[in-house]
Amino acid sequence: MAWLSDNAFLLGLATLDGLSSAAAIFMVAVGLNLVFGVLRVLNVAHGSLYAIGAYSAASLGLFAAARGLPAWASLPLLVVAAALVGLVLGPPIERLLRRTQDQEPVLQLLVTFALFMILEDAQKLIWGVRPVVSDAPVKLMGTVDVPIGGDVIPFNAYQLFLLPGVALLTLAALVYGLRRTLFGRMLVAVTTDREAARALGIDAARITLVTFTIGAALAALGGALASPTTSLVPGIGAQTIVLSFAVVATAGLGQVEGAALTSLLIGLGRSFAVYLEPELEVVVPYLIMVAVLLVRPQGMFGVLETRRI
Amino acid sequence: MSGARTLAAGLAAALLVVALAWAVPWLRFVLTVATAKGIAVLGILLLLRAGQVSFGHAMYLAIAAYTAAFLAPRIPDAALLLPVAVGLSAAVGLVVGLFVMRYRDIFFGMLNLALSMVFYSLLEKLYSITHGTDGIRLPPLTFAGATLSVEAQSWAVLLSALVLALVAGAAVRVYWSSPLGEALAGIKTREQRLDFLGVPPRLVLLAAYVISAALAGIGGFILAMATRQVTPALAYWTTSGELVFIAVLGGAGSVFGAFLGAAAYELTRVYAAAFVADAWQMILGSVLLLVILFAPGGIWGIGQRLLGRRAAGPGAAATAGEGGP
Repeated sequence: MAWLSDNAFLLGLATLDGLSSAAAIFMVAVGLNLVFGVLRVLNVAHGSLYAIGAYSAASLGLFAAARGLPAWASLPLLVVAAALVGLVLGPPIERLLRRTQDQEPVLQLLVTFALFMILEDAQKLIWGVRPVVSDAPVKLMGTVDVPIGGDVIPFNAYQLFLLPGVALLTLAALVYGLRRTLFGRMLVAVTTDREAARALGIDAARITLVTFTIGAALAALGGALASPTTSLVPGIGAQTIVLSFAVVATAGLGQVEGAALTSLLIGLGRSFAVYLEPELEVVVPYLIMVAVLLVRPQGMFGVLETRRI
Repeated sequence: MSGARTLAAGLAAALLVVALAWAVPWLRFVLTVATAKGIAVLGILLLLRAGQVSFGHAMYLAIAAYTAAFLAPRIPDAALLLPVAVGLSAAVGLVVGLFVMRYRDIFFGMLNLALSMVFYSLLEKLYSITHGTDGIRLPPLTFAGATLSVEAQSWAVLLSALVLALVAGAAVRVYWSSPLGEALAGIKTREQRLDFLGVPPRLVLLAAYVISAALAGIGGFILAMATRQVTPALAYWTTSGELVFIAVLGGAGSVFGAFLGAAAYELTRVYAAAFVADAWQMILGSVLLLVILFAPGGIWGIGQRLLGRRAAGPGAAATAGEGGP
């Protein structure tokens, strides 16, 4: 207990940081999950969409600031950037992946890997290798004093409210959309059995296209929202795809609420590592994943698929 | 091709490599690295045959390379150090294999990636042991007890790499046509059938996994000898991706393709690094995409198709004639 009270300040800070990073990871992981459901391929290039969303949002923000747009405009611009990235990059990537759908699963995976390599260098060519910083939205929202133990931490309101808020909103919208709307029900049908869904007259190709675009936009939104809190450097795409894969695998494929809880677990685990044992930061998500998969191979919330013989 | 003819072709290819390395001195290092990577790619091919792809085999490369660097002061002879380093790679492969055997497809690939990234972080962060990103310098090794000059040493590394490549290539071909190797293809088409035949699919895959770890280990050991410096970059996911890339580029399913792909890759890299360093990954990605979309057989497949057309021309006409009324 003495250790706890001694480190209360650090732990509090780690918790706050973990919450906001979990929010960004969730946005990416849940999109990855949706796309896997309809296309049956783990899109490695999904991490690049996060990175491109982040870079685009930063560029748009800096551009708007240079043109003298009011500071409050920086917030909606994040969403605009994400939507643009999703709409511009989503459909062509989906088309390419659908083209290779008849090939072996290994080759499909490699196609997304190839896309990832191409997009990774495209980022370097467009935005260069020097860190890009655009923190107008964070400054705009100011800080909030969070009391922890005897101390008070001034933490920025953006990371405290906006990031987790948008993530919760996304979660609620997805849960409602998947269970209560016609499109959502059709999406679930296509995910469960594409052939049967098509036999029922569902336009599986359209569902796949829309779902992929939504997934791409969510990843870009995750990046756009996270962009004001860090400086953007090459390699964030790779880091993100590995993290969000860890979330999806730990939660179990096809789980939305599960992905949210796991994002929280991994986000917090990572930020605690940053504050307590920085050497372990990169390793923690993997350790959580391996530990969970050792006990439950189908993931924490995954349903065991019965073997069809 | 029959066994004897394939062996002859392999020997001829090895002689060609020696001749090239002798005629163009700067090629010696490039070809050594290509041969080393080709051996590691053989391991990837084994797993691809079972329909599995590992994005983490660089770990086994790095394990053997670091073992060589750590033990070189104690065991200074290459012939003694090689089995130790490769044995350790295989042993780790066995332990990890027991875990990853339970997964297929994406999970298999990404768990391998995850474990290799953990290993990479350890290499990078445990500075007191591994010297972090600076890496460890490998002292010159002796070959069968003989201490060699720098020039002779580079020849010795290339020649031993070629011998190892021939042995590994032949072994992989034998393994492929053995029941254990044939069962690998069964995992890809439908695993349950193996169960029905009384063949445990997990053990089949485990055997291939351990062999692939050992092959990556051989590649890593040669790389360590050739570069004389081991760094964590050896274990980074890009190195694993490189191996998978070469396997697809060369043509999954052929031993020659692995080495052809490795040579093409390394040679392109020499030029690309000089002219388009920033767009290197983009070029790789585009080539990978084009190969998958338009030439699924890779370089070897294209070559075979060209050769096959010429060979099949008169033969096909003859059979058509016999089949006529």
